[in-house]
Amino acid sequence: MPEISLNILDVAENSVRAEASLVEITVSVQPAEDTLTVVIRDDGCGMTKEQAARVQDPFFTTRTTRKVGLGVPFFKQAAESTGGTFRIDSEKGKGTTVKAVFGLSHIDRMPLGDISATVQTLIVFNEHIDFRYTYEYGTRSFVLDTREMREMLGQEISFSEPEVSAFIKEYLETNKAETDGGRDI
Amino acid sequence: MKSLEELRAIREKMQGKVGVRAENENQTRVVVGMATCGIASGARPVLTALSDAVQEQNLSEKISVTQTGCIGLCQYEPIVEVMEPGKEKVTYVKMTPEKALEVLRLHLLGGQVVTKYTLSAAKDNNA
Repeated sequence: MPEISLNILDVAENSVRAEASLVEITVSVQPAEDTLTVVIRDDGCGMTKEQAARVQDPFFTTRTTRKVGLGVPFFKQAAESTGGTFRIDSEKGKGTTVKAVFGLSHIDRMPLGDISATVQTLIVFNEHIDFRYTYEYGTRSFVLDTREMREMLGQEISFSEPEVSAFIKEYLETNKAETDGGRDI
Repeated sequence: MKSLEELRAIREKMQGKVGVRAENENQTRVVVGMATCGIASGARPVLTALSDAVQEQNLSEKISVTQTGCIGLCQYEPIVEVMEPGKEKVTYVKMTPEKALEVLRLHLLGGQVVTKYTLSAAKDNNA
């Protein structure tokens, strides 16, 4: 994966498949601590302790179409190779939380990438799931919560309507730039 | 900061214009592989390009763009499958946003399969 945002997209797709009704994604950039932290939390079907340990093994997958499962191992390796940490906490029936901490200034840290496009893709193509996305830079932050969007928009209008989809993209991009000052992360 | 208030305005504007968009049997399904293999090879921009084009050209009655998991052909990702009612499925491989828009224009709108991008063409080239 060339970008952290694509790892987020991939791992969040696991939450979709775990039949989550709410997926919370937080990206926190903390220059003072030299960290970039990603947390993906869902209320999906969860895993047992053994399963949670096994998904970190590239040769484990529940798929039948291929024999490897690289999503979680990619994410883990990307974080750990920057002096960061990675953990999965999961409880069967309750949900799963994935947390990856990257060394922000580490030479091997891949760029965050187009996180706004990633979040937009998740929201528009998984309309039956609520998303709460938080982006932090230092002490500044913004949130996009699809439950709040629904309240404004009503139930009838789809997020995939061109105007709505374009608004989501613009909202994410504008507020990200105001939060991090338009820096390349 | 931009606020969600703008959604209210969109809602007012679209009042009454939105019909129920149930999937129907006559719809052509366009499916983009979005598992690890697809995402790593660039499926996100392909999905966005197709979906944006379908919305912008008001084709969503006719064509639905959705995502799927891994179909076991990881080396050919990004993969786009086109399923037209009553016709055999066409599998397009190693897609880019540009190639996908070509498929939309020539195949989905023009009715001609873009043979050079299909799985069978890719397999013939490797043989």
